[in-house]
Amino acid sequence: MTLTLDIDKPREKKPVVAQTIFLAAGLALLVLAPLFFYPVFLMKLLCFALFACAFNLLLGYTGLLSFGHAAFFGGAAYFTAHAVKEWGLPPELGILVGVAGAAFLGAIIGFLAIRRQGIYFAMITLALAQMFYFFCLQAEFTKGEDGIQSVPRGHLFGFIDLSQSANMYYFVLGVFIIGVAIIWRIIHSPFGMILKSIRENETRAVSLGYSVRNYKLAAFVMSAALTGLAGGVKALVFQFATLTDVSWQMSGEVILMTLLGGIGTLIGPLFGAGLVVTLQNYLATSEFPVTIITGLVFMVCVLLFRRGIVGEFYNSRLGRKLGFEHRH
Amino acid sequence: MIFGIPLQAFLGQLLIGLINGSFYALLSLGLAIIFGLLRVINFAHGAQYMLGAFFAWMLLSYFGIGYWPALIVAPLAVGLVGAVIERTMLRRLYTLDPLYGLLFTFGLALTIEGTFRYLYGASGQPYATPAALAGGTNLGFMFLPVYRGWVIAFSLVVCIGTWLVIEKTKLGSYLRAATENPILVQSFGINVPFLLTLTYALGAALAALAGVLAAPIYQVSPLMGSNIIIVVFAVVVVGGMGSIMGAIITGYLLGVAEGLTKVFYPEASNIVIFVIMAIVLLIRPAGLFGRDV
Repeated sequence: MTLTLDIDKPREKKPVVAQTIFLAAGLALLVLAPLFFYPVFLMKLLCFALFACAFNLLLGYTGLLSFGHAAFFGGAAYFTAHAVKEWGLPPELGILVGVAGAAFLGAIIGFLAIRRQGIYFAMITLALAQMFYFFCLQAEFTKGEDGIQSVPRGHLFGFIDLSQSANMYYFVLGVFIIGVAIIWRIIHSPFGMILKSIRENETRAVSLGYSVRNYKLAAFVMSAALTGLAGGVKALVFQFATLTDVSWQMSGEVILMTLLGGIGTLIGPLFGAGLVVTLQNYLATSEFPVTIITGLVFMVCVLLFRRGIVGEFYNSRLGRKLGFEHRH
Repeated sequence: MIFGIPLQAFLGQLLIGLINGSFYALLSLGLAIIFGLLRVINFAHGAQYMLGAFFAWMLLSYFGIGYWPALIVAPLAVGLVGAVIERTMLRRLYTLDPLYGLLFTFGLALTIEGTFRYLYGASGQPYATPAALAGGTNLGFMFLPVYRGWVIAFSLVVCIGTWLVIEKTKLGSYLRAATENPILVQSFGINVPFLLTLTYALGAALAALAGVLAAPIYQVSPLMGSNIIIVVFAVVVVGGMGSIMGAIITGYLLGVAEGLTKVFYPEASNIVIFVIMAIVLLIRPAGLFGRDV
C-alpha cells in the first residue's frame, strides 16, 4: 500500500521515506489491531474496505459509476457459501468459486452496461443488479428470504483451523493485503494508465487508437472479481449469505464509503469503509435508522466535500509537503 | 380463451399492466423533463412519489381533507419542497459531472425514506378509495373497478397535457430552448435559473401526483418509492430520455408487457422489464426513442 497517486513527476526522496513510514505504521496497526478490537468487527471492516477499494478501481480510476456492485459482492457471498457448505470445498477454493462467479456476472453486466455512458451506465448497472436480486430471491440455492445459514469456515489448506477467530483474522488480513496489492499493481501498470486516460478524456483515448470498450469491460470484470473476493471472504467471516448483500442499498453503501474516503485514492475507501462500518455498529444498538445518517452524509459529501477525507488530506498543505499528489 | 388463458384473467392482468404502466409513464415523464433541462437524474423521484402518497394520507388522517383536494394540495406541497431543494442545494451541482447530481438525489431519497420509516414504520397505511370512485362496473366482458379506470384515464390526460404544455405553449418553448442552449436563452432575457427551479418543482409535483393516484391502490408505505424507482430507471433506459412522448409511450408499453408476463409466466414478471432493457441495449443502445447522449 503506497499512498502516492497520479504521479506525473518523479518523486523526491523525502516523501518516499514519509510514505514508507505511513505504510509500515498502517500494516503494524492492522497486525496488532485484534489486541484492541473485536475481531469480527475488524474482519467486517477489512471485507468492506476491500469491497470499496475494488469499487474504486472502477469509479476512481476508470470514471465509471456502477450502481450495481452489490450483485458481485452478494453474489460471490452466495457462491462461496454454497460451494463450501453444499459441495464441501475448502475455504480457499470456495472463495475462488465466489471470485469466478462474480467475474462471470461482471462480464455479463459489464458487457451490457458499457454500451451506454455516464448516467445511463449507472442506471443500467442498478437495473441489472436489481434483476439479479430478484433472481436470488427466487432461486433454489439461495434459500430465499432465509439465506444460506451456518456456513462452515473449514480448514485453510487443510490444516489451519479458521473457526479460531485469530486464524480467521490473519487470513482475512492476508486476503485484504493481496487484494489491495493487486489493485495497486493494476493502477500503476500501463493498463491502469490507459484506464485513467479514459476517465480523463474518453474521446481522446478513442482517437489515440485504444479500444475503449475492451478496456472498460476489462476494468469492470477486474473490479467485479475483486469485489467477489471481498464478498466470498465476508460469507466465511459471518458464516451466512443473505439478500441484504445483493440489495441496492449495499450498492449505495459502497459508493458512500468510496465518496467519503476519497474517490480515486487508493486508501481512501479504506477510511470510508472504516467510518461507515463503525457508524453502523454504533447505531445498530439504537433505534435511530442508519439510512437517515447515510443519506445526510451522502448529501453533505456531494455538496461540500467531494474529494473525501483522504483526498482533502492529499490536497492540504501537509499532504502536499509529504508528497501526496491528488487531482480530482 | 386466448392462448389457453381464460379471457377474464388475461384482461385482468392487462388492466393491472395498464395501471402500472400509468405510474411508469408519469414517473418517467417527470424524470425525462428534469433530466432534459437540469442534466440531473433525479434519484429522489421515488421518494417524491412516496411523499405525494403520504401527504394525501396525512391530509386525510390528521385534517380530514379528502382525496380530491389532496390531488391538488399534495403535488403542490411536494413541488414546493422540490423548489426549495433545487434553490438551496441541487443548484450548486450543475457545473459538476452529472454523476454528482445522481449521488446527491440518492442521498436525498435515503434521507426522506429513512425519516418516514422512522416515523411510520415499514408497514403500509391503507388509504380508502374516494366514495365517488368506489365500486365497479361490468363491461360485459370484464369487471372494471371504477377507480382503476379513473387512474388510467386521468394519468393519460396528465401525460398528454404535460406533453402539450411542453410542445405547444410559450413556456414549453422556453423550456425546450433552454434544454438546447441555456446560455443563449438567458442572453435573450429569459430567467433560466427560475426555469430550472420550476422544472424541478414540476417534475417533483408529477411524481407526487402519481403518488396520490397510487395511494388507494397500493398501501401508503415509506418503501413504495424505492421499489418503483429502479423499474422506472429501466423504463427510462429503454425509452431513451430524448423525447417526452417516448417516455410516456415506453412507460405504458412496459407496464402492459409486465402485466402480460404475469399471465403467461408469473415467475418472470418482476424481471421482465430488466430483460427487455437488456435486449434493447443489445439491439438499439440509444433506446427506442433516444438520441445518443
